Amino acid sequence: MNKTLLIFRHEFLHTVKRTGFIILTLALPVLVLLGIGVFHIVSGIINPPVEVTRIGYVDEVGGFDQFTSQENVTLISFDTTETVTQALISKDIEEYFIIPSDYISKGIIARYTLEKQLTVPPETQVAIKDFLLNNLLAEKVPINTIKVIGSPLNLVTIRLTITGAISPEQGGFTNLIIPGIFGFLLAFSLLFSSAYVLQGLGEEKENRLMEILLSSISTRQLMIGKVLGVGAACLAQVVVWVISFPFLLNLASSSIGGFISMIQIPPNFLVLGVVYFILGYLFFAVLSAGIAAVSSTVREAQGLAGIFTLFAFSPFWFFSLLLTFPQSPIWVVFSIFPFSAPVLVMLRLGVTAVPVWQLVASITVMALSIVGGLLLVAKLLRIYILMYGKRPTLREIVRNLKRG
Amino acid sequence: MPAVEVNRIIKLYTDKVVVDDLSFSVARNEIFGLIGPNGAGKTTTIRMMMDIIKPDSGQIAILGDKLSEASKNKLGYLPEERGLYQNLKVIDSIIYLASLKGMEKHSAEVKAEELLNKIGMMANKNKKIEELSKGMSQIIQFIVTIIHDPELIILDEPFSGLDPVNTELLKQMILDLKNQGKAVILSTHQMNQVEELCDRLLMINNGRAVLCGNLKEIKSKYRSNSIIIDFEGKLGQVPGVTEKRNHTGYVELILDGNTTPKQVLERLVSTGIIINRFEVATPSLNEIFLKVVGENHE
Repeated sequence: MNKTLLIFRHEFLHTVKRTGFIILTLALPVLVLLGIGVFHIVSGIINPPVEVTRIGYVDEVGGFDQFTSQENVTLISFDTTETVTQALISKDIEEYFIIPSDYISKGIIARYTLEKQLTVPPETQVAIKDFLLNNLLAEKVPINTIKVIGSPLNLVTIRLTITGAISPEQGGFTNLIIPGIFGFLLAFSLLFSSAYVLQGLGEEKENRLMEILLSSISTRQLMIGKVLGVGAACLAQVVVWVISFPFLLNLASSSIGGFISMIQIPPNFLVLGVVYFILGYLFFAVLSAGIAAVSSTVREAQGLAGIFTLFAFSPFWFFSLLLTFPQSPIWVVFSIFPFSAPVLVMLRLGVTAVPVWQLVASITVMALSIVGGLLLVAKLLRIYILMYGKRPTLREIVRNLKRG
Repeated sequence: MPAVEVNRIIKLYTDKVVVDDLSFSVARNEIFGLIGPNGAGKTTTIRMMMDIIKPDSGQIAILGDKLSEASKNKLGYLPEERGLYQNLKVIDSIIYLASLKGMEKHSAEVKAEELLNKIGMMANKNKKIEELSKGMSQIIQFIVTIIHDPELIILDEPFSGLDPVNTELLKQMILDLKNQGKAVILSTHQMNQVEELCDRLLMINNGRAVLCGNLKEIKSKYRSNSIIIDFEGKLGQVPGVTEKRNHTGYVELILDGNTTPKQVLERLVSTGIIINRFEVATPSLNEIFLKVVGENHE
């Protein structure tokens, strides 16, 4: 069998048998399942079986006597403040409010309750508002007009193409769900996969296996076999996650309702997702191999690599800014910067339309970085892989690379 | 065709010449000693032979040609800095590393079991490497070096860290390889091992060859003109002997330039003393090493 293939097989099997790898592969679906379970429990607690809330009120203006039955809320009129307070204390009602005589000029309503609350519960707020609005406008304007006044804006945005036709790709948060989740998984996968490459090479160096291996294979065979073997294992991990995703979505949709069915996947997202996974993995794996080559211990290498792999997560640090200012030129720059490109492009695909030239530039820069990195790291491996005990300074590395 | 032909190789690190115009050859069916003090350039020379690093100039032919993917499979290399996958089982480690030398999985397993049986380590077959002692681990590394039946075996400090029992075991295995017609290069600091095992040797210092040739010839060349005797009786003046040096248990007689040991023996016998031991004094390889390296330092 081809020696690169032998290393590939060894690295693949060695990685998938790691306890950490197995735990991580299973952890994500299990965590989502737990999340769905927690949602069920919490929603069960927050939304107990529907009960009608009884709210008292004292009308000092007069005329607020219709529409006393709002959704799940019954409004009960009292003549005086004393009687309504007495009803509250005796728990005949849950709360009450006073419509003062100067309400029409000031619009202020005083609400009384026995509960300590951060804010007015939305259901109560809506019920009181609708009660007041309906009574104020009753018989003055048609009932449908009252509804529009109560909620005057339901803005539906429709994206058109340059020809004026309705675009197949519409925006909105439902468009961000899949890219957001995939971006998160991608960042995790990049973090762990490059850590496996680093650990594998670092262990071989630390265990003094490198010279034994190099007596049978070349540094090129070693690196290609290792990077592809670990990459295949991580791809298998992502495949497990992706396969489990429809099942989990199905479970979640029965819990979270119709929201899930509104989820959209941006066009070309799947193709770009695979492209950026491969490019991102190769970029970080090559970088990790270089770090392992110049480090004398696995721990030292992990410390150095941690700094670089944090960049993979960097788009999440500025996620709120990305949502607020999706068209900022700064995102274009970071979409081309190979450290942040894989995850950022995934997120941007969910937030806005990414021009083709930016995708081409981003993919080209990543591909060139990988090729350049491979050449540099092959040199680094050859120079430093058999040096033990002392980590070279950056100046020494540059000097040795120049000398070849 | 020699197993190794090294021709005028030079290697520089930064501005330091590590290997300087070094040439030598190693025949099949011999154990060749590569000796020298620390930093002499032995490991660098071996790494160049293994194509792990490139010489700045000069040529190296391994088994008659430049080292290639195919000829790598005919080499067994036990480096000085060596180890194994700590989390792998003994048998899995051997099979994987043997497969990188072109062996099929099944034949590697059969051969591994045969070798483990031979050295009495079959019980450790399914143990993880990290569970083995350092000596046991070294023996497994030696098995990995020879499992694929290489034609050329390069051993860099193979005895370091081994107890006397394992040292003897390893020595016997090295001699077996020679008897099978293999070429063995043995790089070590342990001169007694070189004296015991090697047919020829190359001593390098500061990257240069300072001594090369047949072990017996080298010892003969560095022989001082003296003899060692252990006797009973009174030793008077012996013609041809310029100096007598008393040591514990023996006397060393320094001969003048015109007298041979045979003549001295005849003269001693004629004096009537009882001679229990008579031998031509030859320096140990260690003494030659110190002498040559010392001369090079001056």
